[in-house]
This record gives sequence, structure tokens and C-alpha cells, in this order.
Amino acid sequence: MLKIADRTFSSRLLLGTGGFASLEVMGEALRASGAEMCTVALRRVDPEQRGSILDVLADVIALPNTAGCFTARDAILTAQLAREAFETDWVKLEVIGDDRTLLPDAPGLLEAAEALVDDGFTVLPYTTDDPVLARRLEDVGCAAVMPLGSPIGSGMGICNPYNLSLIVEQAGVPVILDAGVGTASDAALAMELGCDAVLCASAISRAREPVAMARAIRYAVQAGALAREAGRIPRRLYAEASTPEVGLPEFGA
Amino acid sequence: MKVLVNGEERRVDDGATVAALLDALELAPGRRGVAVAVDAEVVPRSGWGERRLSDGSQVEVLTAIQGG
Repeated sequence: MLKIADRTFSSRLLLGTGGFASLEVMGEALRASGAEMCTVALRRVDPEQRGSILDVLADVIALPNTAGCFTARDAILTAQLAREAFETDWVKLEVIGDDRTLLPDAPGLLEAAEALVDDGFTVLPYTTDDPVLARRLEDVGCAAVMPLGSPIGSGMGICNPYNLSLIVEQAGVPVILDAGVGTASDAALAMELGCDAVLCASAISRAREPVAMARAIRYAVQAGALAREAGRIPRRLYAEASTPEVGLPEFGA
Repeated sequence: MKVLVNGEERRVDDGATVAALLDALELAPGRRGVAVAVDAEVVPRSGWGERRLSDGSQVEVLTAIQGG
């Protein structure tokens, strides 16, 4: 079971809802993924829009994000608006520092996280894979840390498994790999490295077959968690025979 | 008076409330998944009926979309 703040989840896969071609495909992928919590964003109402994403997410927990915010002030205001709109004090906090890489802005992130925790929010920050920043975020009261594997939507997987391992080793709150997953094996690796969960959007929504990829990543997360528990063997430079040498016949010259 | 709603100028009755504006936009109060900010300040749902707009108010009416 995954426990974040006062909630428990049996699925260790969180679904980001961005990038799906339609709400129908999103709904199908959601069912295939088994996810129990999905991110949503807040934008200006579109009077032309038919059907609400919230109807598709009726059976899961909607986790509002602050995507698109470049300052702590905007992120705080967006989180407060999301609290009104979704009647939840949970927020996936994003404070972006660069519009090309969408990498987090560390000082802004920490400032917003602290303010939102003080305001009663359950804060899940999207952060870099810097173990020191992850610790600072935990210190100010974040309910989880969500380091990136690589930039949002890049599909480059986990660029720095060493850093991710350090974050996992020191964390007293759940570690959720957020961003960078390109395919199922990346999600499995995140879990093998000890992450508590994986958040996936583009890898599923932009796959050729989003519903099939949702299923693949669901099982990859489960496989990775099982493998972590089972314990991988150490890496060696040279082979170590698995077949015994005792009883090996000699065939002469 | 004129107010700016999601970046577009709209004419509303003098002293119109947030609730009145949402009605005019056909966004019934109580509608799930809507949040309002006036001049960069959150107006809680419970205050939509009381919060009056003034000439030039900047209103943001937001709702859930796919993302993240």
C-alpha cells in the first residue's frame, strides 16, 4: 500500500491527464492504468467546451497542479483557486524556472511549498533530482517529493539513477518519480531504485496506443516494486557461472 | 460598467456580483470545478453572492482541464 499523508492507495501509478487526444481515450487509459489519483490543471473556462474532465475522473482522486506557473506567487494563487474549484487541499506544486526545459525553479518551489504547507495544503512538489532540495522540501512539510527522471514529456527516462537513489535513501516521505518516463521499463527502473510510486502522463497519453501503454506501465510499476522487494544481485565485471563445475566431464585432447 | 473577464471586456450592471457575472456567462453558482479570482485575489465560492465587482475589475474564471 502506498500512503501519502492520510490517504492510502493500492495503485502505485498516478496518471497525468495531459496530452490525451480525447476524454474518451483518457477514460479508457485511466481504467487500464488502475490509477487512483490523476492530475488536473486549472485554466480559463471555455464556453464551447462540452463535457467536464471531472466527470471522467468521478471515481478517482483529482490532484490539481500548478502547471504553467513561473513564480511562487502565481503557484500559490493557483493552488488556492484549485482548492476552491476541486474542494481539495492537495496540490501537485510546480514552479517552473525555464520554458524550454520546464525544469523546476528551486528557490521559487521551496518558497511556495513552505507557504502552502503553512496555509494547510498537502503539498506534493515536482522537483529536480537534487537530493538536497528534496530534503529541504521534506523539511518544510511536503507530504511527498516528486523528483523528475528527465524533463517533462522528454521520454528520456531516468537520467541520474544515482541521485534518485540518494533521494530514496534519505526520504522520510514517499518519493514519486514524476516526469521523464518514456516507456514501461523506465517506470520499472524507478520502482527498482526504490521509488514509492510513478506519475506518468505523456508516456501514456502520447503513445501510439495509449490504452495499451497504460496497461504496460501499470504492470511495469508492479514488476519494479516486486523486484525491489526481492533484491537485485550485485553487478560484477566478470561472469560468475550459475552452473556448477563439479562433475564436469573431461573429454581428453 | 466594464470588467475584464478572462481577458475579454464585458459590460455588466453597476455593482454586479461575481454570482451575477457567472450567471451571465451561464456558469451557474455551485457548478463543480469552477474557481474565481478578482484582481488576483481568490473569491471563495461562499462569497460569490456578496463580492461586488467594480469598473475595470479583472476577473479570472477557471475550471478543470487535462494536464500534468
